[in-house]
Amino acid sequence: MTQAIEHLHGIENGGLRADLDIISGWIQPGTKVLDLGCGDGTLLAHLRDQHQVLGYGLEIDRFNIEVCVEKNINVIQANLNHGLKSYFADKRFDCVIMSQTLQATEQPDLLIEEMLRVGAEGIVTFPNMAHWSARLQLGLQGIMPVTKNLPNQWFNTPNVHLCTLNDFEKLCLKHDIQILERAVVDHSHKKGGWLTNLFPNLLGEIAIYRFRRNP
Amino acid sequence: MPETIEDDSVGIVETQIIHFSEALMLECEKTLAEYDIAYETYGELNADASNAILICHALSGDQHAAGYHSMDDKKPGWWDSAIGPGKAIDTNRFFVVSINNLGGCKGSSGPNTINPETGAFWGPDFPIVTVKDWVKCQYRFMQSLNIEHWCAVIGGSLGGMQVLQWAIDYPDLIKHAVVIAAAPKLSAQNIAFNEVARQSIMSDPDFCDGHYLAKETVPRRGLMLARMLGHITYLSDDAMRDKFGRELREGKLNFGFDVDFQVESYLRYQGRSFVDRFDANTYLLMTKTLDYFDPASEYGDELAQALNKTNAQFLVISFTSDWRFAPERSREITRALLEAEKRVSHIEIDANQGHDAFLIPIPHYMNVFGSYMKNVAEDLS
Repeated sequence: MTQAIEHLHGIENGGLRADLDIISGWIQPGTKVLDLGCGDGTLLAHLRDQHQVLGYGLEIDRFNIEVCVEKNINVIQANLNHGLKSYFADKRFDCVIMSQTLQATEQPDLLIEEMLRVGAEGIVTFPNMAHWSARLQLGLQGIMPVTKNLPNQWFNTPNVHLCTLNDFEKLCLKHDIQILERAVVDHSHKKGGWLTNLFPNLLGEIAIYRFRRNP
Repeated sequence: MPETIEDDSVGIVETQIIHFSEALMLECEKTLAEYDIAYETYGELNADASNAILICHALSGDQHAAGYHSMDDKKPGWWDSAIGPGKAIDTNRFFVVSINNLGGCKGSSGPNTINPETGAFWGPDFPIVTVKDWVKCQYRFMQSLNIEHWCAVIGGSLGGMQVLQWAIDYPDLIKHAVVIAAAPKLSAQNIAFNEVARQSIMSDPDFCDGHYLAKETVPRRGLMLARMLGHITYLSDDAMRDKFGRELREGKLNFGFDVDFQVESYLRYQGRSFVDRFDANTYLLMTKTLDYFDPASEYGDELAQALNKTNAQFLVISFTSDWRFAPERSREITRALLEAEKRVSHIEIDANQGHDAFLIPIPHYMNVFGSYMKNVAEDLS
């Protein structure tokens, strides 16, 4: 459990985890941001302290919420699967972030629509199910993949809607969503090298997308 | 009664009274020429008077929020679980002020005190005061203590409504607003329950049109019924089931109309003991105060508009099994705050105790509340 939390929210090498670092590089200073499934508030605290962002987080886990309140993060205790309607009117945010949460939601497609309803842009990160190690386990061993990014067994995983980079991009096409930026990182959240960027769906372990509604 | 006082208690406390002789104009357009406010304080005011917290009480609350009046007290103040050294509202860091609202019955001017103009009990002639009037009165009270701003105003239920009103009416004088188990206004169902409570009091023959004190009587049955009804709405179905189930008081059915089930006995006890500590006219008045509360009405019925000018940082807390002011009602507040781009955290505590949960030291509730208050304390300097 501790390992999983560190994995999802921890800070590595004294700095911000690489995927969070990529996200924070995409956020304009002084903007208004919503983080869906904000965990212990690491990203929001960073955006507030370094980028003067007015940030809000949604989180369901009570222990994470206690940590967020300790960090003086604006946090709303809510279940993402109930949608955002009870709290947010249209177009309230410059950017809505969902980091490592999409794959654990009940209806990811509807939630992505909700992100673009309340925000001008969205950023999601998710584990790539088409990474070569997952392909090897499913393709050769014939078992559901268990990797550093997907540490749970099929019977106890919260990740009920896993997808690949290609899947996500297909969904965006179908929903009239324009992808603005894409990045991939490996399991230790190091930014991908040239090879990874050449074959992201094979070599990228975690995908990061910034998107908006097609203008 | 406490044999010894616990280390995390504020200890023995005393109610004090301040007399105000400057007239107070009320929303009903009547004026109180002079009035008393009863209050208690816990902790020490710091040198620059920056650590003062106002506690706002609910319908049947009063100024005695924490500690004991004497070693003979059976129970401490109504929010002793949250106020004291090392508790969520830490009296080692904060100067906590708790007052009995105008129209109350515990020492502040109200129906059970003497109208200085007539020399008789105010009774039913005490003007109906609103949350806005209370806040205005609390503001004057604050000035009399030489406090320039509250570092936090905190309250549950009707107390939470006062917190909202504070943030709206005096945006620069309140840094943090903690709104617990509240609602932005009452629903028709809420008002309906209040009306049944009022009817039960007013239809008691001993009510004497509100002049019962002059006639040296008390509408005991009516007030008891009102409290029994209220009490049902403070508990959840689950909490009642857990506490009483269908347990029989004498182990058998009596085939009569007296008490069979424990829950009946409990409600009667709650009702009876309430009559000994509360005034029927105050109960009538405070239910009206609740019914009238609607801060958005001054702003085109847009709560976000009403909250637009607030400067406080908000903590909104609701409880899953509360059906008197259900979590959705708190969400309305948070939604409006978000729409107005205010700083807010909203915590929904998993609790089965119903509306009463706000008085119970549930660990997650106290952790979040305590953490928030630590940040308030750090914000002082």
